[in-house]
This record gives sequence, structure tokens and C-alpha cells, in this order.
Amino acid sequence: MADEVILLDFWPSPFGVRARIALREKGVKFEYREENLRDKSPLLLQMNPVHKKIPVLIHNGKPVCESMNVVQYIDEVWSDKNPLLPSDPYQRAQARFWVDFIDTKVYEPADKIWSTKGEVQETAKKEYIEALKILEAELGDKPYFGGDNFGFVDIAMTGYYMWFEASEKCGNFRIEPECPTLMASARRCLQRDSVVNSVPDPEKIVEFAFKIRKIYCV
Amino acid sequence: MATGDVKLIGSWASVFVMRARIALNLKSISYEFLQETYGTKSELLLKSNPVHKKMPVLIHADKPVCESNIIVQYIDEAWSSYGPSILPSQPYDRAIARFWAAYVDDKWFIALRSILTARGEEEKKAAIAEVEERTDHLEKAFIDCSNGKPFFNGDHIGYLDIALGSFLGWWKVVELDASHILLDETKTPSLFKWAERFCNDPAVKPLMPETAKLAEFARKLFPKPEA
Repeated sequence: MADEVILLDFWPSPFGVRARIALREKGVKFEYREENLRDKSPLLLQMNPVHKKIPVLIHNGKPVCESMNVVQYIDEVWSDKNPLLPSDPYQRAQARFWVDFIDTKVYEPADKIWSTKGEVQETAKKEYIEALKILEAELGDKPYFGGDNFGFVDIAMTGYYMWFEASEKCGNFRIEPECPTLMASARRCLQRDSVVNSVPDPEKIVEFAFKIRKIYCV
Repeated sequence: MATGDVKLIGSWASVFVMRARIALNLKSISYEFLQETYGTKSELLLKSNPVHKKMPVLIHADKPVCESNIIVQYIDEAWSSYGPSILPSQPYDRAIARFWAAYVDDKWFIALRSILTARGEEEKKAAIAEVEERTDHLEKAFIDCSNGKPFFNGDHIGYLDIALGSFLGWWKVVELDASHILLDETKTPSLFKWAERFCNDPAVKPLMPETAKLAEFARKLFPKPEA
């Protein structure tokens, strides 16, 4: 029986892109459905009644929510190709730890860089760079967080990598001088086929970011 | 069952530490419990968790694992042939368990804690209403996940039972502090009955702190402003 895989998503979302990348890494055929977040579809509200957020993966009618939860699910169901999490329990724990770090310590300042100005934004920029430096130290001289292979932590970070240019323009700063090896890994990730086919044009993200800032009078 | 070098850095009062201890008990793993002193952080804790400097930290063969839900998953995977499975066996059920465990930490616990930190009656009332609404979501989640069985995980306690159940000691303390029932037998009957079963589970019973002792500790952690 063929699998029915639908992804409810929003094109510039750093969270939605993670699900897209994971599905493409596994070669899974899926139907992408663009959501208008200011007019959410009845399907989204039905499939994610608790948070009403994207991404939602609907696999044979059953919803999975929260981006890295979706990625883990995809890895477990389509386990025959391109493992995204390592097989060793300790390395899996490390990968989960760093994804948790990314979704707390990177997300909060990134969100403030995109949506604030002045002193609040300056503080956010410092915290963001601090968090990226911690990640860079963890990356070390590996090509990816996953070692030689693109994996779970890299997918989590790609959502932020695709927003690097927009972050720099919103905050009027540059990431590369602060985190050169992380930037090199980011470029490597952004060149992968699954990523090229999933991330929007960075200029479109910059345009979107400034549109939102205007709407929120920032 | 001796299973090599296992240490856990923690505290008797911590919900998050309790999660790790329940998981270790489920797998019958003996470990050295390194009790942190309130108000200070040991050198070992700072060395083992330099990023967050928080407990619990599981140290297995000198390798640290941090973050309670991650530790529970690690225990399940590292000792997969010992005792019952903590995570469900099917990917979809695992995704649901992880979703609700994240909800417990990101939404439900934040609301519970805001009752303790509320300034004035209005803030307290709003925090209570939020906890009640979120507990209602968890009641529905229990009905969906348990499928008529005694626990979220089915016949045995598992990942989501541990994630929420570890809060039961503090849940009672907050009820007393707020003078308001927060786990209501009539509003959330399934959760109410589940709570009793959870607390009586042999892996949990020796770890659940006495309410009076925890309440006294809570008064230290969340001092009330002078009237």
C-alpha cells in the first residue's frame, strides 16, 4: 500500500524546512501544502489542535507535530536510508542534547533579532553569537555535527543557516568573523541536494523578514 | 543488578532528577547518587554539564548525559535488554509520547510554576486557570495514549508517565500553596486515578518526597514577598 505523506508547512519557516529536508534525505514522496498562518486551514487546526502550528506531517492520516519530533519520526519510519541519528545510544543522547540547546539558546535570541530593535536587539545579538560559538566549539573540525555525515543536529541548524543573511541584515552585523568554521559547515549544508530543494532563496527570506518587521512596526 | 560505573548527580527534591531515577529503577540499574547541596554547585556538576550547569547529570562509564528526558531515552536505549521498554515500540506512539512530554515541560510546568511565582490574587487566578486548561489537554492525551490501559505507556509506566508523574509531589505542594485543587477527581478522573497508580509503582514509591518536606523546601525556593 502506498504511503500518503502530506506536509503542512510555511515556506520561510526555519522549523518547516527541517521536515522538508528530512523527507528529501530519505527520498520520501510527499505532498507539500502551503499554509497561510494568518488564515490557518481547517486541516491544520484539526491536526494540531494543541499548538495550531506548522510543520505538521500527516502520514496515512495520522499527524506528527513539532519539527524535530517530525524529523525523528521520519528517521524511524524510513530507516532503510540515510540514518539521521547515530546508532550508538551515547551519540544519540549527544545529538538530542545539542538539538535541545539549539531550540532554546539559539531560537530565543534569533527571534528577538528578527523582531526587535535597539537595546533588546543588541542583547539578543550578543546571546545569539555566544550560542553559535558554543556550537562551533562542539563542531570542532568535523565537516558536520554528525561527523562525516549530515545528520540530526545539522538539520536542526539548517533552519537557522537559511536565516543567517536575514539575521545579519535585521541586526546589522556579520556572523562569519565570529564563527568561521560554523559558517563553513553552514555552506556545506546549504549545498546538499535535499537542502537546495527545500530552502527558499535567501533574498526572499530577507524580503519576508523586513516585511514582518514593518508589520510589527520595528 | 550491577551494571558498571553509573553515577547520577541530583537532588531529592528535583522533578527532573526523579525522572532519571525512575528510569534507572525500571531497568534495575544500581548507581551512585551524588546529592547536590542546595545553594551550591559541585565541581563535578560544573565539569559534567558546562553548558547548562544543571542537574540531573547521568555519568555512565565517565561519559555525561544531560537533560532529564534525554537521560531517560538514553537509559532506555543503553540498557534496552534490561526490564520493560520505557519508550513505546511503534514510531508513531513514540512521536506522540515525545510530543506530550515536551508539552508537559514547555507549557504545563511553566503554568504550574507561575502559580508559585504569582504576585497578587489576579495573577494567581490566571495561572490556576491556565494549569486547569492544560491539565484538561493531558486528560485527553491520557485517554488517547492509554487505550484503556492503566498508564500512558500501556501496561507499564513509560516515558510520558515519567515525564508527567515526576511532578506529582510538586503538584500537591502547589495545590496547598494555592489552596485550590489542581488534580480534580471529577474534572480529570482518568488522570486522578492514574496519579495514584503511578505513585504506587515500585519504581516510583521510594522516590516520591513527603509533601510536608517538599512544601518546606518550596518555601525556601519560592519565598513569599513581605506583606
